Amino acid sequence: MKENKQKMSGADIFFECLRKEKVEYIFGYPGGAVLKLYEKLYDVDFLEHILTRHEQGATHAAEGYAKATGKVGVVLVTSGPGATNTVTGIADAYMDSIPIIVFTGQVPTKLIGNDAFQEADIMGITRPITKHNFLVRDVKELAETIRKAFFIASTGRPGPVLVDLPKDVINSVCEFEYPEKVEIRGYKPTFLGHQNQIKKAAEMLKKAKRPLLYVGGGVIMSGGTRELYLLAKENNLPVTMTLQGLGAFPGTDDLSLGMLGMHGTYWANQAVNSCDLLIALGARFDDRVTGKVETFSLKSYKIHVDVDPTAIDKNILVDLPIVGDVKHVLAELASEMDEHPDISDWWKQIEKWKKECPFELDANDGKLRTQFVIEKISEKTKGEAVIVSDVGQHQMWIAQHYKFVHPRSHLTSGGLGTMGFSVPASIGAAFGVKDRPIISISGDGGFQMNIQELITAVAHKLPIKFMVINNSFLGMVRQWQELFHAEKYSFTDLSKSNPDFRKVAEAFGLAAFSTDNPKEVESLLDEAFAINDRPVFIEFKVVKEDMVFPMVPAGASIGEMMTKRLNPKTMV
Amino acid sequence: MKHTISVLVENRFGAFNRVATMFSGRGFNVHSISIGETEDPEISRMTLVTSGDDQIIEQVVKQLNRLIDTIKVVDLTGQPRIERELALITVFYQKGTRPELTNICDIFRGNIVDINNKTLTLEITGPPDKIDAALNVLAQYGIKEIARSGTVALKRGEQAKIQPKISTTKEKEKV
Ligand SMILES: Cc1ncc(C[n+]2csc(CCOP(=O)(O)OP(=O)(O)O)c2C)c(N)n1
Ligand SMILES: [Mg+2]
Repeated sequence: MKENKQKMSGADIFFECLRKEKVEYIFGYPGGAVLKLYEKLYDVDFLEHILTRHEQGATHAAEGYAKATGKVGVVLVTSGPGATNTVTGIADAYMDSIPIIVFTGQVPTKLIGNDAFQEADIMGITRPITKHNFLVRDVKELAETIRKAFFIASTGRPGPVLVDLPKDVINSVCEFEYPEKVEIRGYKPTFLGHQNQIKKAAEMLKKAKRPLLYVGGGVIMSGGTRELYLLAKENNLPVTMTLQGLGAFPGTDDLSLGMLGMHGTYWANQAVNSCDLLIALGARFDDRVTGKVETFSLKSYKIHVDVDPTAIDKNILVDLPIVGDVKHVLAELASEMDEHPDISDWWKQIEKWKKECPFELDANDGKLRTQFVIEKISEKTKGEAVIVSDVGQHQMWIAQHYKFVHPRSHLTSGGLGTMGFSVPASIGAAFGVKDRPIISISGDGGFQMNIQELITAVAHKLPIKFMVINNSFLGMVRQWQELFHAEKYSFTDLSKSNPDFRKVAEAFGLAAFSTDNPKEVESLLDEAFAINDRPVFIEFKVVKEDMVFPMVPAGASIGEMMTKRLNPKTMV
Repeated sequence: MKHTISVLVENRFGAFNRVATMFSGRGFNVHSISIGETEDPEISRMTLVTSGDDQIIEQVVKQLNRLIDTIKVVDLTGQPRIERELALITVFYQKGTRPELTNICDIFRGNIVDINNKTLTLEITGPPDKIDAALNVLAQYGIKEIARSGTVALKRGEQAKIQPKISTTKEKEKV
């Protein structure tokens, strides 16, 4: 048998492994240490390589692809600067549990540690920001390592894996065999929630008077949105979602309370603090959600369902932990519910909160505001688009006003809060999702952080709608400066130093529009959505000094929301 | 409170670093770490001494378990166990104090392993508090240098089991 096995080079083995893993796209950038791989890539026809214009762009594109599809995003870059340029994207994927694999070139094994040309200790650099990383020291380990990388990235709580490939390993030859199965003795990721714990949760839910489902991104990752829907509907339960959870439950449904936390809805946060049963599903009690932990939801019995044991009791001590796959637990829990809680009074209370402090949408003063733009986009797309936001005020307004109806539709950098995420991530999403519109929405600040990737979208004729909410400010920082830093608008005013975005986009080859008139928004959107053979750009010039409300100031209790601007001097 | 945690890790490039990086990245205390091969050459045993309240220790154990290269994590605290540390202590002596030092060494069941015209080196083994006690006594003679190995520990008797609360992830491996 053995003699029949083919000898193959590391480079060939690499692509054979990707074929076995059914990889469709690689987002990458060539360089000296990976030249052999690019030589092979020239003739590879079973996958497409997407040349981004910066390695950070490649990692965000892989994240966008992974998040929109649930598949693993793949990145290939060279050693040294190519590798270090991926660091922000890797950290971002780690914080938001996104399955990507970053293949980095490395100097030949003999030179490692010698400060060789374009050497960086990318293993050391990325150890704290990867789920796991591998240095392949021998071509004989290559196939198994790649198999393990895919397994680790995509199972349990997903996350980024880095595989460092020294040049000599890629060039040497050995027999190729792709392992059917992987065994990693220290990693057993799939397990089902404990049956008795689930029964107990059902008992608590049956007798609850004021239950609340607190839904995080884990529900989407586990593929459990259908199970969530059934559980909520059958029992008439209010649902609030985290930034990453948006889309897990339809925002258009009456049971949805919208987002909770720092810029969540007033009624969701009131519900968190008044409920008697809080069921956290694939969420991690992040500080942007809990506010001051000492005052967080004190009256509730807390159930926490998560696949990652470290998430439990990390920030908030819970009464009933259920470690396991959220989808499975949701299905089991729903089937245990042979009677339903009576919570009509609870709903009356929630409706009262909704009336007490609704979103203020439009000042009707003829000025263009972000909230209005997002509402219009939401209406135009019926909540069915994939929205890729950047980081800042516009991101929070999207979370508040876009009514997501599908999972894997809200792509945003939540954990790391990476400005510059939107443009490249939307490109990755556009390769993965062809049947729904892809809309990238950035602020004027963040748009400039990966603006080079516009050409990647143009080169592939991706029908992405790139939108910039231009408030001429690093708006979110400005908001904090106004509220908490003595109105010292230190280095956040871009009004005299922004480029002409429309012209820039045009130069990149996009169909480009700009407006500051609310009356034009709908017709502009119609025009933009009619163009589908190339990317489109729209700049919305909005009022400069608007602020996102309601807001829980950092470190305050979520019960104490600031609901409007109190400083008359800065009213806009 | 101090906890002694025994961790079996893959004997492989970077595994030790991963644990150390996780401790510093998450701000956990480390009083000592020691590592060495086990009866299985593919597995190393790390013994970590850390401290924190119950919630922190629970996180330490869970975060250790979460690392792909860790095979088994046992908090030995409160369990019947054997804990040992080795210290090499070089102290100054004079003509008159040499017998005293030999005597102290005997009391702690240590060995004198090196001597020159100014200093002698003691080797003392035992639970960490015994080493501390020896150091206390030796301080008055003037200590030149100390090297401590960090604690190593094993559970007494039957096979050690990992804590039930975190057992879900890695209970399979028997070593
Ligand atoms: C890479 C990076 N640098 C800095 C920050 C800090 N930061 C958070 S929001 C923000 C302002 C963003 O401004 P803009 O992109 O114009 O969006 P806006 O808030 O105005 O909607 C900044 C600088 C960040 N999140 N990411
Ligand atoms: Mg801005």
